Amino acid sequence: MVDIPLSDFRHMAIEEFDTTKLLEHAARQARERGYDKFPIVDVDSHHYELESLGEILQYMDDPVLQQLAMSATQSGGSKGTGVLPSGIGYQDIGGRVLRYSVRKLEKVGGDEHRDITLTRRWMDAMGTDIAVIFPSPMLQLGLHPQVEMEVAFARAYNRWLVERVLSAEPRIRSMLYLPFNDPAASFRMVQEFAGKPGVVGFMVTAARYRPVHHNDYMRTYALLEEHGLPLAFHSAYDWNEQSMAMMNRFISVHALGFVFHNMIHMTNWIINGLPERFPKLKLIWIESGLAWLPFMIQRLDNEYMMRSSEAPALKKLPGDYIRDMHFTSQPMEVTDMGALETTFRMIKAETQLLYSSDYPHWDFDLPSTIYDLPFLSETAKRNILGGNAARVFGLELGGKLAKVA
Amino acid sequence: MPELFVAKVSELPDGERRIVAHDGLEIGVFCWQGAFYAYQNLCVHQGGPACEGIIMHKVEDVLGPDRTWHGQKFSDEEVHFVCPWHGYEYDLKTGECAADRRLRLKSFDVVRRGEDIYVIA
Repeated sequence: MVDIPLSDFRHMAIEEFDTTKLLEHAARQARERGYDKFPIVDVDSHHYELESLGEILQYMDDPVLQQLAMSATQSGGSKGTGVLPSGIGYQDIGGRVLRYSVRKLEKVGGDEHRDITLTRRWMDAMGTDIAVIFPSPMLQLGLHPQVEMEVAFARAYNRWLVERVLSAEPRIRSMLYLPFNDPAASFRMVQEFAGKPGVVGFMVTAARYRPVHHNDYMRTYALLEEHGLPLAFHSAYDWNEQSMAMMNRFISVHALGFVFHNMIHMTNWIINGLPERFPKLKLIWIESGLAWLPFMIQRLDNEYMMRSSEAPALKKLPGDYIRDMHFTSQPMEVTDMGALETTFRMIKAETQLLYSSDYPHWDFDLPSTIYDLPFLSETAKRNILGGNAARVFGLELGGKLAKVA
Repeated sequence: MPELFVAKVSELPDGERRIVAHDGLEIGVFCWQGAFYAYQNLCVHQGGPACEGIIMHKVEDVLGPDRTWHGQKFSDEEVHFVCPWHGYEYDLKTGECAADRRLRLKSFDVVRRGEDIYVIA
């Protein structure tokens, strides 16, 4: 049982939790909108990897780091305490988003991994065919002061994920974690895992302090390009970042932080001419929403017109490179439908936008956030919900893919 | 309009709620400070089960007469129920969305007949 403290003397006692029950309304939406008629690919969703921390540590090579991590985890009293960047944050809004506190009550049966069962439950409810999953607390692993610990955790997690989850359920895919603070280790990670079951690309957690244009990364980008595998930047926040540290509420840090790091990486990527140096490398920007993109396009284009001498590698406007990139949709800002429609036009959403839920995190988006948009054609909806992702990742979706257009 | 049985009065104490369903329509019926309130169990945001989340008093800033900030407290008067999907908060006594009161859940009348509570769907 979980006893949730409320705003007065009362508590709310919850004895059971079931994802399928929580998402009954999502399943109804899927039936009403006929999601069985076309593919839905969710390009950003999550699992809680630290619930499997004991398993993951079994895949850690370095015996000293492994022992340190095991010991710190035990003495810390909760998963990952003492060995991973903790990240102060209140994702569950003080218990208001209930699934955070009651997740541990959910029962699964059978022999398959718990994460597979839970992931398939929400996928089935939403009508999702394929989900690309990412870790949750490890999104802040790029802030770890010990570079070797990021590398050790990244490789252990990647090995565990491929062997225990991706190999066992073809509906679940991932872009694997790149330990970006160690460029050589990042290169080796692509070498080792490209082509493994369920691996559809590689992901950099954006909350970190390494410039993407450093020469040390060029051979990794070249290798990704050679394999035809996308490189994704998954945003996160760092409340300890100097500017973020001025803010006193989680809403402030989350609203700006999840865009801030990706803005910096995108600016460096474009101004340093990386799209010209790696023209076939597919870039995906994850979980920054969409409202930042019109800002980036206008801001960079305007300054480039006056200062093109500082970005001599560019052969077209920065915004034109942005429109060649891909973006996941969540958390899609929907409070001004006119602004959203303009955003879709500015980023060529019909071919570049990839639906994402971010489930089970607090600000998840259902497929209906795309399907119900009044300004999209049926073809555009189906492209964004699955067709674009199928093309970017080269997914085989059988007969369903034929129904995209 | 159908009259749906909700619960016995003794089964719905203060701070509790029941969800009743009829012909695809779900209604959340709350008891708060001796009164009953009923709203459609469908969040205005993404269609979540708005009436199935926790009940929390409104959070308020505490300001001094010189407009300095002295912390926060829970409201003595205003109480919200919260959609468990994303945290949209609703005023329990009106069904208005606390963040934008132009938005509100559809409300329903609740009647008490003896010890039985009914909602008019």
